[in-house]
This record gives sequence, structure tokens and C-alpha cells, in this order.
Amino acid sequence: MIYHAPVKEIRFALNTLADLPSICTLPGYEECSVDLVDAILEEGARFAEEVLAPINRQGDKGAVWRDGEVTAAEGFKEAWQQYVDSGWVGLRAPAEFGGQGLPALVAIAAEEMWCSANLSFSLAPMLTLGAIEAIHHHASDALKAVYLPRMSTGEWTGTMNLTEPQAGSDLAQVRSRAVPQDDGSYLVTGQKIFITWGDHDMADNIVHLVLARLPDAPAGVKGISLFIVPKFLVNADGSLGARNDVRCVSLEHKLGIHGSPTAVMSFGDNEGAVGYLVGEANKGLAYMFTMMNHARLGVGIEGMAVSERAYQKAVEYARDRVQSRAIGSPDATGVPIIRHPDIRRMLMTMRAQIEAQRALAFYAAAALDRAARHPDPAESASNQALVNFLIPIVKGWNTEQANEITSMAVQIHGGMGFIEETGVAQYMRDARITSIYEGTTGIQALDLIGRKTASENGLTARRLLAEAIEVAGRLEALEGFAGFAANLRSAVADAEHGVAYILEHFASQPALPAAGSVPFLKLMGIVLGGWQLGRAVLEIQRLKGDAEADADFFHAKEVTTRFYGEHLLPQTGGLAAAIVNGGESVMELDDRLF
Amino acid sequence: MKVLVAVKRVVDYNVKVRVKADGSDVDIANVKMSMNPFDEIAVEEAVRLKEAGKVTEIVAVSLGVKQCEETLRTALAMGADRAILVETDAELQPLAVAKLLREVAKRENPDLMILGKQAIDDDANQTGQMVSALLDWPQGTFASKVDVADGALLVTREIDGGLETLKLALPAVVTADLRLNEPRYVKLPNIMAAKKKPLDKTTPADLGVDVAPRLKTLKVAEPAKRSAGIKVANAAELVARLKTEAKVL
Repeated sequence: MIYHAPVKEIRFALNTLADLPSICTLPGYEECSVDLVDAILEEGARFAEEVLAPINRQGDKGAVWRDGEVTAAEGFKEAWQQYVDSGWVGLRAPAEFGGQGLPALVAIAAEEMWCSANLSFSLAPMLTLGAIEAIHHHASDALKAVYLPRMSTGEWTGTMNLTEPQAGSDLAQVRSRAVPQDDGSYLVTGQKIFITWGDHDMADNIVHLVLARLPDAPAGVKGISLFIVPKFLVNADGSLGARNDVRCVSLEHKLGIHGSPTAVMSFGDNEGAVGYLVGEANKGLAYMFTMMNHARLGVGIEGMAVSERAYQKAVEYARDRVQSRAIGSPDATGVPIIRHPDIRRMLMTMRAQIEAQRALAFYAAAALDRAARHPDPAESASNQALVNFLIPIVKGWNTEQANEITSMAVQIHGGMGFIEETGVAQYMRDARITSIYEGTTGIQALDLIGRKTASENGLTARRLLAEAIEVAGRLEALEGFAGFAANLRSAVADAEHGVAYILEHFASQPALPAAGSVPFLKLMGIVLGGWQLGRAVLEIQRLKGDAEADADFFHAKEVTTRFYGEHLLPQTGGLAAAIVNGGESVMELDDRLF
Repeated sequence: MKVLVAVKRVVDYNVKVRVKADGSDVDIANVKMSMNPFDEIAVEEAVRLKEAGKVTEIVAVSLGVKQCEETLRTALAMGADRAILVETDAELQPLAVAKLLREVAKRENPDLMILGKQAIDDDANQTGQMVSALLDWPQGTFASKVDVADGALLVTREIDGGLETLKLALPAVVTADLRLNEPRYVKLPNIMAAKKKPLDKTTPADLGVDVAPRLKTLKVAEPAKRSAGIKVANAAELVARLKTEAKVL
């Protein structure tokens, strides 16, 4: 299953739409430049295509659990070693601990390629980076010195132990306990489930970040603390010591991402697992929230990336598979199915959304960098508001559509797509988790209408919609784009109805806008994706005169944008109608009648 | 010991090139460009010799348009210490390249020059041999193994009958064959470090070389499409047809 990293698309989204050059001027990112990022993308593409993509299929056979130890899928350990040797883990790890400290925007571009090539594999570095980020921001200098250098290289990996059987979306239910010891450490006991890369044989040590309650902790979310619990204890000289009392007691049997071992972890079955408090007691959940934007953006990238891989596979098949004459043709000779209108419609639907999603996700990543590093506090705050608003949309929309897009890729394969041997089914199965973990689409949508829309009185929503209107205005005069501009305007009006409805009802009857929250999230995704594609077309007009202008690339982008305007943007009308009219029928039926 | 490695920017090996409508050349506008794979092997060999303590400095040189800087940065990321770009927009044919490399070699005084045995765009397979003649240095072409011993170079070459090992006095020219090594994946920290390594620029005029093409391309055409084959009933028919129709037996 060949993967070609879409470097041209990635570069366009990075440099032109997300304005990488301006990110490279932020304090601490001066080392970064477009040339450097080009070199990183070229090498990253090569690594993704040659090392990670070829083992994706065998990863689908899964990791193996035996007597409490997990062996990674065939070829993964060797690939991890190469990944570590090449220094890729350090891309966005902090420079003071051996990483390169590059912008989130650059990291996200590389992550797209890892995720497309091999989603299961990509989760190991993704989780490790999440753990690095948590330790870096919140742990003591002593803990940082022990763990960060070897996590930044990838010699040790990291995990996030949040979920328990009774505590999924509602982490207030966490029951794991941590008891203070005389030496300042803690003994952690409890069971955690759904722990991604919870155990494996690829690295020397695994650093678990665990949410647990202290004995005197208040009930609910304000009584949860965060602990580092290493698989192997670390001696004072940095060497590895005794095996800690933490074990993988089984692996889940999943629908997809079989190459990523999803562990049930048991802490403290015997003497108690030695753990170290990160930061202050009872602030664990708050610490987790600080990483949430990055993690959710990452999952949004996962969704888009799997879609991209499925799209490539579908195009390859559609070019190759010969069936039936071309419609309306007197020549009875069969043609490649890419000539058939409905196949083309599906391929266009896939690529139009993928390009819009990449642009929107990269735009959000750039805002994340500006929020973190911009020297002007007002600019920083303004970008933080953008991040807060865009993250649930990127996470929710990219992943919901990934389910549709990967399913379309199966559809294009016809009966062959339903046969595992073809390989396209794996993308559909792998994509399925992305709209569930790191907050389901329902959770993202509630976040969007509540904290991100109602509680700031629709400020950021309207700010972004105004930008979309501005783009529509500039597109109106452009030959061939009057229709797109009109549809974008109309979609913005639909979004405005949704925003107004949410603002009007959220305080008094929150169940009504909540019932339409996922349609609202999708509506915003479609509108803002259209805004980004509109921006792309405007940028192209500016770039067309360049010596290096790529006529085919620009033409494809323009046609794709027109398709988006004709096929995707009009969907907002139906979504808006469901949002403003559809709340009561959702809530009316008595539970027993379901 | 100092090594000069020549690297060429070529159309990436994954790209399917198309002939321009007027048949004057292949169309390379907006296609992916990369380091010639045989040159990658040459750089890798130099880096391995340096890692083995047999080489102290690696200078990468490329000749051509400004964008060859990217190719040189790749060589630097792989482990070259510094780079030289001989910048020109002119078409460079093997003889001109060989002359330019001779001038660079005269300035740099390397003990060894390593090149790919050929570039995958024009497949000329001439530059290494020409520069060796121009410099009057011994040459070891199609190298599948290189070793430095007692101030001389042992080069194992792939020849028709098998392998041949030559002992060359230094300075010498070596051209790399496919089996010499397998180039490494570039490490991220080295990509970052490559940006800070020195990259000097010069021009054919500075080097006093007339690069005007000596050969003229008359026409470039796609290979003829293969016509469909035929099925034969059995081996006997195959042999008969090979004898009577194809006349190859």
C-alpha cells in the first residue's frame, strides 16, 4: 500500500495559508525558516513513505500480550528504533531537554505524514509528546531532569492514564488512589483502561502519567492529582532499577488501530506502584486540560491524515479498475472507473474536504503558536480565543468526516473494498476511533456551543464568520467564483442563525441547542473550510504570476474549491434548519419509548 | 584526508517525466527534484569513511541553478562539512561539469573525489571518467567497495565477469555504484545543523571555464508504446515462432 506524502499540498497550507514565515519570527522560533521546514518535510516524507507506510498493513495484525508483557506488531520495534535514531521524537520537544523546540505548526505537518503512513505507530510518539508536555509544564525540575531528556529522544515513551471503567468522559469518577510515603513518593493503586501504547517492547522504559486521588482529596474533579509512574524505577545515577508494580493485564480487542496496543493497566496489585506527584496536589485535571488543545488538534490531524491515505488508495484503484463504457459513449470498451461521474463525485468530495480540513487545522496550529509566543499580550489573547474556538471544530469535523471519507474509499472499491485483502477497509476501521477518543464529537460539540460560543457571547464565532464574508466579497468579482462566493455568504448566514439560536437558548433551555450541537459543529466546519479554500483561491491569484507557479496545482485547487462551493457549502442550510427547529423532537420522546 | 563529493540535482526518481509538447526536452517545471541517488551513495560513502576515521573533511560540490543549494543542504545534513555551489542557469553537459570539477579540485586539493557513477536524468555516465582524465588522477569507476589502506585506495568494481579490486594511488576519482552502500535517513538534528554549515558560491566565470554546450539535443520523444503480446498454445509453438517470425533462434 503505497503512500505519497502530499508535500506540495502541505507546503501550500503551511506557507501560504497558515503563514509559516510569520511564525518563524516569533520569539524562540528564529531558527525556523521556510527552507528548513522544506528540508524537514522532504526527509519526513521519505521516512513516512519508506519506513512507516510499509509496516501499516502488518500492524493491523496487532500487538501480542503474553504473561503481562506486550510485544509490538511485526516491524514496529525496528521502525521505532529508526524513528528514534532519526531524532523525529524531538521535533517539538523542548530544546532545553534535547528536542528541537520547533513550532506546533511544523510538528503538525510532520504528524500528518506519520498518521497517514501508519496511524497506529504515530500514536506512540503522539502520546510520548503529550507526556513530555505535561511534565515540562507542570513537574518539578528534579522530575524533569530525570524523565525529559530520555523521553525527548524517544528512548523512553510516555502514556496517559486517565480513563477507568466507570470514568470515561466523566473523569470526576476517577477512583485510583495515591498514598504518600515517607520519602516523598506515593504508592499508586487502581485500574486504568484504554491506555494507548500502555505496554510494549519498543523502548527501555515507559513513563505513565496517572490520574489518582490522594487520601484526603475532595470529591469530584477538584480532587484528582497527576503522578508519574515509570514502568522501571530510575536509580539516582539515571540507570534503570527495579520493575515497578504496574502491569498490563490485557489488551483490548478493537475495531481498528490494531497496531497500537490498547492496554488495561493495573497499578499496585502487589506492594503498590511507586509514583511521583506532578506539580501540586488536586490539580491533575487542570494540568491535563492545558495539553488538551494540542492533543485534540493532533486527533483532528489524525482524522484528516487517514482520509488522505484512503483518498490516495481510492484514486489509485479508480485509475486502475476498468468497468463499463463511459456514460453516453457509443464505444462499448470499458474505461477506468475514474471516468464515471459518481466515482468522480466521491473522489472530489473526499479531496475537497481533506484540503479544507488541512488548511483549517494548520491555521489553528499557527494560532496555537501565536497564542503561546506572541510578544504582544493582546495578539496572544486574540489567538488563544481563535485556538479555543477552532479546536473542537477541527477535532470534531475532521474525524466525523474521516468516517465518511474512508467509507467512500471503500465504496469506490466496490465489493473489493469489503475484502480485507484490498487494504482499504483498514483505513475505515482505523479512522473510527478518531471521533471517539480525546473527547467524542458530542463532547467537542458541547464545548463548542457552551464554553466557546455562549460563554463569550459568540464573539469569536462572529469574528471568523466576518472573515469568511470578507473573503466572499473579494471572490465575487473573480471569474468563475461568483457562485462560490454566493454559497459562502449563504453558508455564513446559516452559521449566523445557528449562533443566534445558541446565544438565545443556551442559558434558559440548554438542552435545545445541545440537541443541535453536533450539526452546529459540522456547519461551522463546512463554513470555515469554505473560508479557507476561498482564501486559497485568492492567494493563488496573487501567486499565478510567479516564475515557479504550478499551473496544474493551482487549477486543481480552483476546481476543488468550486466543487466545495457547489456540493459541500449548500449542506449548511439543512444543518441550520435542524439546529434552530429540531431541538424539541430530540427531547420529547419518553425514554421508555426508545 | 579530504574528500570532494559531487552531487547533482535531478528529477526525483519517483516522478514520471513527460516530454514537452515541442519535443525539445522533458518538462521539469514543478516536478519534485532530489539528489541524484548515485550521488547520495557517494556522500554516504564519504561520511562512512569519515566516521571510520579515515577522512577528516568532506566538501560537497554541486553545479547548476540556485536551487542546487537544497541538494547541498541535504549533503550537509547527511554529514558533509561544507559545500560549494557553482551557480549557473546554463545547461551543463558532462564535459563542462568535469572541467568545473577540475577547477574546484585545484582550489580544494582533495585527496579523493567521489561521484555517482551516473545521473538518473541524462544517464551519461561520463563525468567521473572525464574529470579523472582532466586531472590526470587514477579512476575507480562502478565502485561497490572502497577502502583506504597505506595511503592508497582499494576500490572493488563491478565488471562483467564479477568483481575486480584495484589499488589506486591518491589523489583519485571514484564513481559510486548501487551496491556501494545504502544511504542513511537524515537525522532531524542534522537537518537543523546543516543550515549553519558554510556554503560558498562561485560561478563558471570565476573558475574560468567555458561551459557552452558541445552537444546539441535534436529531439526528445516518448518511447514507442508497446503493442499487445500474443498467447501461444504451447512451448513448441513458441519455439517455432521464435525461429520463423522473430528469427531469434
